[in-house]
Amino acid sequence: MPLPRQEVDATTPKYLRDKYAIVGVGETTYTRGSNKTTRALGTWAVRNAILDAGLKPSDIDGMLDYSGGDSTSATFIAGDLGIRLNFYMDVVGGGSSTEALVGIAIGLIEAGCCKTVAIFRSMNGFSQVRIGGTGARSAAPVAGDMIHNRSYGWQSAGQSFAPTFMRHMYDYGTTPEQVAHVKMFHSHHASNNPKAYYKRRFTVEDVLTSRFICKPLHLLDCCVETDNATCIIVTSADRAKDCKHPLVLIRGVVGRCNKPRLDMHYQHGPISTVAGYYAKQILWPNSGVGPEDIDITGSYDAFTFTTMLQLEDYGFCKKGEGGDYVSNGTITLGGKRPNNTSGGHLCEGYTHGMNMVIENTRQLRHDVDDYCPVGADGKRQHTYDYKEGGCRQVRNVEVSANLGWANPSTTSSMVMRRG
Amino acid sequence: MPGIQAQYLGMPLQLADLDHENLEYFKHCAAHDFHLQVCAGCGRLRYPPTTACPWCMTLESTWKKVEGKGAVHSYSEVHHAIQPAFREHTPYLILLVDLDTQKGEPTADEALRVVGNLCTPDGKLAPPDMVRRVGIGSRVRMVFTDVTEGLALPQWTIDETATQPAQIWRYPQE
Repeated sequence: MPLPRQEVDATTPKYLRDKYAIVGVGETTYTRGSNKTTRALGTWAVRNAILDAGLKPSDIDGMLDYSGGDSTSATFIAGDLGIRLNFYMDVVGGGSSTEALVGIAIGLIEAGCCKTVAIFRSMNGFSQVRIGGTGARSAAPVAGDMIHNRSYGWQSAGQSFAPTFMRHMYDYGTTPEQVAHVKMFHSHHASNNPKAYYKRRFTVEDVLTSRFICKPLHLLDCCVETDNATCIIVTSADRAKDCKHPLVLIRGVVGRCNKPRLDMHYQHGPISTVAGYYAKQILWPNSGVGPEDIDITGSYDAFTFTTMLQLEDYGFCKKGEGGDYVSNGTITLGGKRPNNTSGGHLCEGYTHGMNMVIENTRQLRHDVDDYCPVGADGKRQHTYDYKEGGCRQVRNVEVSANLGWANPSTTSSMVMRRG
Repeated sequence: MPGIQAQYLGMPLQLADLDHENLEYFKHCAAHDFHLQVCAGCGRLRYPPTTACPWCMTLESTWKKVEGKGAVHSYSEVHHAIQPAFREHTPYLILLVDLDTQKGEPTADEALRVVGNLCTPDGKLAPPDMVRRVGIGSRVRMVFTDVTEGLALPQWTIDETATQPAQIWRYPQE
């Protein structure tokens, strides 16, 4: 009888490598209390991305977005910006949607449905539908299959993922101190990001002495809840050459790759292994690169632990050595392979993954928006001095990897390179 | 069977009349008699209720009594409750328990991992001194929290009759 499939064979034809590009990125401010509808936020971010690309509204003919019933629709954003679409779809999803939708956008363009796709996420994750799950979401009726989790006070993202995190500590001896380094390093990055909601630098001690939310998560192991919208624009590399910025090419994507038993993934262990274990068997062959070729990562930091688990299972270190990898200085600015140089979800703001793709796009353009002075030519003069309130551009970055996370059993990912 | 609407810890619990798998599952729990679906094709038990066999795709299944004993595979200790009615019970434990039945089948890393809170033997959320005694490896036995007719929640309590492992694993910071 068939057992759950262990091997993955989904190799993209190699000709798709470098055939598509991210040409525009845009965002609103990252705030708590936007005082704007998700429609107004989405319009703002999509408009910024169109302007960033040097495109006109009429150049956009595809639109994709994702939400968990907490946002607006592409119909409103397109209408507000005077865009006539040849394709749109509103998708249900949170974390891991960004890279998956890039894959869908590529497929749409390949299929001739449209030519240039704006992908957005708009949310009031603090002032309307709180991402931590408090407020209206915690008061909703517990119906049907949900009784097997929510009735046990097992509902929020942190509560749901905690058994994976705990078991990793048990299986491999990962320590709270090691994992707390993720917050410390990301906060250093955020201190060089004028847009970041939390710009303050935190120490490992700050994390370990912050109050417990649910073990093994302290308050500072958890991401921020913010109000914001973000947008990226995907088109063919040929068209991208007419856009404003240096080419940022897509090498390969993985969309919502899973562990077995999605109905309740803890049935199929090891539970300290996450979906990156399967996804890496698609990502690296499709991209034609390996972890050793990657200059910067965007490993989803809903929690300090999610960054660590994904870097480990995508193969940036040996299985079980994620705690060492995230604490030995590799992932900080100035280290061998910085992660989430914007400060990520832990510090910059929470957008279900898109701001990490935006950050890596800017890194690959060699033009992140840090505190470095802008020269007479209008370009930022990067100092590569990563002191607080300084630079966050990584020197000579050529290849990036984004590792999206929905939960321990679902991941998406994408490799991009400078053209 | 008719559907169920009930309240538990301030939460409305709802089962639709056409949700036959969950209604049957919770009916056995209400009788304090734990049952799981057993596949008519391959004979494997599965948890939680599903509409086909995850191993062989057979639709048909019957219900079989299963012993509610096992060991804690992983857990979380919740200090900041999300749902309001849990606040007065913090810290509470969410346990993932490997049943002894069918552990390590069909592959070494699989088990029937049954969720529950750590409770007292009469099915109430455990007090703090009891919470501190349980971690990965703890031997536990199933108890039930009665909600309404046709619906009780399976829960876990320390198995006082079992030999506990010399060391259980708990998160290092209390």
